Amino acid sequence: MKDIINPENKVYEKPRLMNDSPMHYCPGCSHGVVHKLVAEVIDEMGLGEKTIGVAPVGCAVFAYNYLDIDWVEAAHGRAPAVATAVKRLNPDKMVFTYQGDGDLAAIGTAETIHACNRGENIVIIFINNAIYGMTGGQMAPTTLLDMKTATCPYGRNTSLNGYPLKISDLLAQLEGTYLISRETVHTAPAIKRAKKMLRKAFENAMAGKGSSVVEFVSTCASGWKMTPDQANKWMVENMLPMYPLGVLKDKSSDSQHTTAK
Amino acid sequence: MAEEIKLMKGNEAIAHAAIRYGVDGYFGYPITPQSEIMETLMEEKPWETTGMTVLQAESEVAAINMVYGGAACGKRVMTSSSSPGISLKQEGISYMAGAELPGLIVNVMRGGPGLGTIQPSQADYFQTVKGGGHGDYRLITLAPASVQEMADHVALGFELSFKYNNPAMILSDGVIGQMMEKVILPEQRPRKTEAEIRSEQPWATLGKPASRKPNIITSLELDSSIMEQNNIRFQAKYKTIEENEVLYEELLCDDADYLIVAFGSAARISQKAVDMARKEGIKVGLFRPITLWPFPVKEISACKNKVKGILVVELNAGQMIEDVKLAVECKIPVNHYGRLGGIVPTPQEVLREMKKMKETI
Repeated sequence: MKDIINPENKVYEKPRLMNDSPMHYCPGCSHGVVHKLVAEVIDEMGLGEKTIGVAPVGCAVFAYNYLDIDWVEAAHGRAPAVATAVKRLNPDKMVFTYQGDGDLAAIGTAETIHACNRGENIVIIFINNAIYGMTGGQMAPTTLLDMKTATCPYGRNTSLNGYPLKISDLLAQLEGTYLISRETVHTAPAIKRAKKMLRKAFENAMAGKGSSVVEFVSTCASGWKMTPDQANKWMVENMLPMYPLGVLKDKSSDSQHTTAK
Repeated sequence: MAEEIKLMKGNEAIAHAAIRYGVDGYFGYPITPQSEIMETLMEEKPWETTGMTVLQAESEVAAINMVYGGAACGKRVMTSSSSPGISLKQEGISYMAGAELPGLIVNVMRGGPGLGTIQPSQADYFQTVKGGGHGDYRLITLAPASVQEMADHVALGFELSFKYNNPAMILSDGVIGQMMEKVILPEQRPRKTEAEIRSEQPWATLGKPASRKPNIITSLELDSSIMEQNNIRFQAKYKTIEENEVLYEELLCDDADYLIVAFGSAARISQKAVDMARKEGIKVGLFRPITLWPFPVKEISACKNKVKGILVVELNAGQMIEDVKLAVECKIPVNHYGRLGGIVPTPQEVLREMKKMKETI
């Protein structure tokens, strides 16, 4: 055993920017994987000393406990406004927000849309699990029709609750956004693809190209009252038809794919 | 250059003073009667000279959260608004107090409640000095009474705010914001460099070098035993501010039989009333708190043995009077005169009230 433990055989290591704090996330939750990807991308780009993260209110409020970078914890929904100032006052820094669906698409809709419409050179990482996890599983703006939550116990009903909000589609309409992509982290290929998009988004922000949003269609096994495995299956069967994966907008794709690299 | 006397509005003085102080960022949203602040800044284009950022936000809520973000980076950042907009900023002010962030907020007050009126008022006294947002916190509050003080309080507000890592407010009103007076602007100071901020505000989130732990700006603490300690620390800080930072001005108080206590525009009006009273042989003095929090409790308390009565003049229904009564422990008569809803009293009205009070004592 001892002779195989050597550097050339190493296939995986914990991202250097992730610390050893035990995570508070529930088993099966997507946050942990997304955190890891963010840590890897920042480290691989050599931006660890230049990055300022803006944490939301919601399950990811404690994101600042897990990544070894500077963090500002914003009021509920205000992360894009906070990030706007951090980036404008420090244009050489890498600034990103990390927000859930309630934070980004309900209470912070105005801040999200206007930061993106101004084309702030930031990355918005958007976790869409169709539920308010932290407060105990209430209805989110992205909750699916007929989906049961603590505040729509008989299922989301259009006459009472309106429709699931596809906010990334909406953001893609804004001139200020450069890249909008919807990803998941439920399989190895999906994780690989998501990381690539995340890296692109971070590169865009550093290059001053405008706002990039990476949405992660995510699981909330606890809020959905499922096992982690059931949650992954349920997400694929129910969430993805409503929130299809892929690039919603990439301003670089027409002109730069062939020339840039 | 620095001694050049200019004529301008109070709101314009705030904008010029902000540029000259070396402010890093202003984030605002238009509202009457303070829109000249952002208009002046945009016209001056300080991003081309000092490198100051000026941004029109999508709302007062966004603007104060931009201030929160800028302050988290140790930058000198500010916002301004008027009463209805200041109500919207209370969330951010509470978060700044909770995260112990410095920053300057200007309130050029107008009459309320609700959308109210665009005319001057001082009805946000309670909101400003008693809380405003949620939680046990205090807001350093400066009350300018002239265009010169509008300019001077920008520097004073930032200095106090950074000395104590606590938000500060310039509590002005439509009279002081809109009136034109002579003003001597301060000399241009350079903005702080990142290296200076890293050394003076070691808590600032400017990117983590390998040599230190991450800086985290937050007001959250779920462990109540730690959160209680945080609150105890805040309260100790507030006590230090109360003991060291009280500012006030006394006018003809030494031989006064009666005292007017007033701040801001009400003090300017009362100053004239004092002159008129003196001409009639009534010995009236004016006590003007410059810091509304910390409130000059000891100084007003000392008056209770010297004067027969106090008239508190405010552009509201009686707010600061409560602090005056507490200061003198109700041991002498304390009357109130105020006009409401944007009406500004005349010196004659104030004199008449003073005479009424004199007759009843």
